[in-house]
Amino acid sequence: MSVKYALLALLAQRPMYGYQLKSQFEGRLGQTWPLNVGQVYTTLARLERDGLVQGKTADPEGGEARRTYRISDAGRATLAEWFATPVSRNGQHRDELLVKVVAALDNGRDAVVAVLRRQRTATLELLRRHTLAKADAARRGDLPRLLAADLLIAQAEGEAAWLDLCEARLSHHDGMEVPR
Amino acid sequence: MTAVLELDRVTRVYGSGHLAVTALDGVSLRVAAGELVAVMGPSGAGKTTLLHLAGGLDRPTGGRVVVAGGDLGRLDAHGLAVLRRRRIGYVFQDLNLLPGLTAAENVALPRELDGVGSRQAHREALDALELVGLADRAAAFPDQLSGGERQRVAIARAVVGQRVLLLADEPTGALDSLTGEAILGLLRAGCDAGVAGVLVTHEARYAAWADRVVFLGDGRVVDQSPFVATARSANDRLGGSR
Repeated sequence: MSVKYALLALLAQRPMYGYQLKSQFEGRLGQTWPLNVGQVYTTLARLERDGLVQGKTADPEGGEARRTYRISDAGRATLAEWFATPVSRNGQHRDELLVKVVAALDNGRDAVVAVLRRQRTATLELLRRHTLAKADAARRGDLPRLLAADLLIAQAEGEAAWLDLCEARLSHHDGMEVPR
Repeated sequence: MTAVLELDRVTRVYGSGHLAVTALDGVSLRVAAGELVAVMGPSGAGKTTLLHLAGGLDRPTGGRVVVAGGDLGRLDAHGLAVLRRRRIGYVFQDLNLLPGLTAAENVALPRELDGVGSRQAHREALDALELVGLADRAAAFPDQLSGGERQRVAIARAVVGQRVLLLADEPTGALDSLTGEAILGLLRAGCDAGVAGVLVTHEARYAAWADRVVFLGDGRVVDQSPFVATARSANDRLGGSR
């Protein structure tokens, strides 16, 4: 889904062929989102079928035949609409961690706290790894990687805050119960 | 590794009788040179009490606090004051730069109190300010500095001289994320340079700069997160980013 728009955004800068798109994409997000070249070509094929890009195969003067892609007016309009629309996070509450915590409620407070604490350790480990990645990106002056690390840190931080809140709620949940 | 800070079954009870409140209940903690430990936990868990005991700002009702080999319980008021001034740096949320002194004078003050000549102290202060990126603000008074700059002055003051222990209580308090991150980078760099650090924070993103996280609840250590996979070797990289 997002790969489609990422490729359109790259093609809005200038026409490119498949392998160029792959390396441009990975130059920005490769650390967090490795892309295989097959994915690039299937996405390009779909974009071309939908009239959002136009492909043109150059004469193979000695070298390999290369298909260069150019964004169409319809492609630019689609891209503009994408930029203008906020990303929907709706539905992401269907989360394994929530399922696990709620399932543990049936086994008593200690069981839930054990789940919460194990998860918090894992979340903090993750947070630390992202923090190291961020420091590295900052040192290299790599803005896309820095922003990617910032996002992952914010998400892990949100989870850590939620885990703390769960534990606090468990000690103050008099009068609340699990519906049977 | 020798511990710079050692809390051995430390207890702190405020008040007595049926009004007694146990703020800290048998907490043990060791922090080695070069190590940064984050302390987390809900309000009232004992985080600040722990920090005050570690820094000799308060005395435990039970247990032992040892800093740089010296048992704080065996020191008299003068000995404690000297140890605090020479060996321990404090970075607190609302810390108390003296408003009538410039940034450089604030940083130089503990050194001068220690008997270092004022020229030498001033030189050291400028070096410390340079370390935190504030060399050009040395002559500014606290009310001419932003919140982030004031906190950096506090860090410069906390590391000047031969400090071995750095204690930080919510040092990122009212700061925005980027400024908070810069402050953490400085604390981390201080520890990478060989100081032992304790950071009290309620924000996981800042705790992630530490080597270990200790969770307090109702005055006790309820959980610990050693960063096993990413420990020591990684620290150079963190500190090096600043």
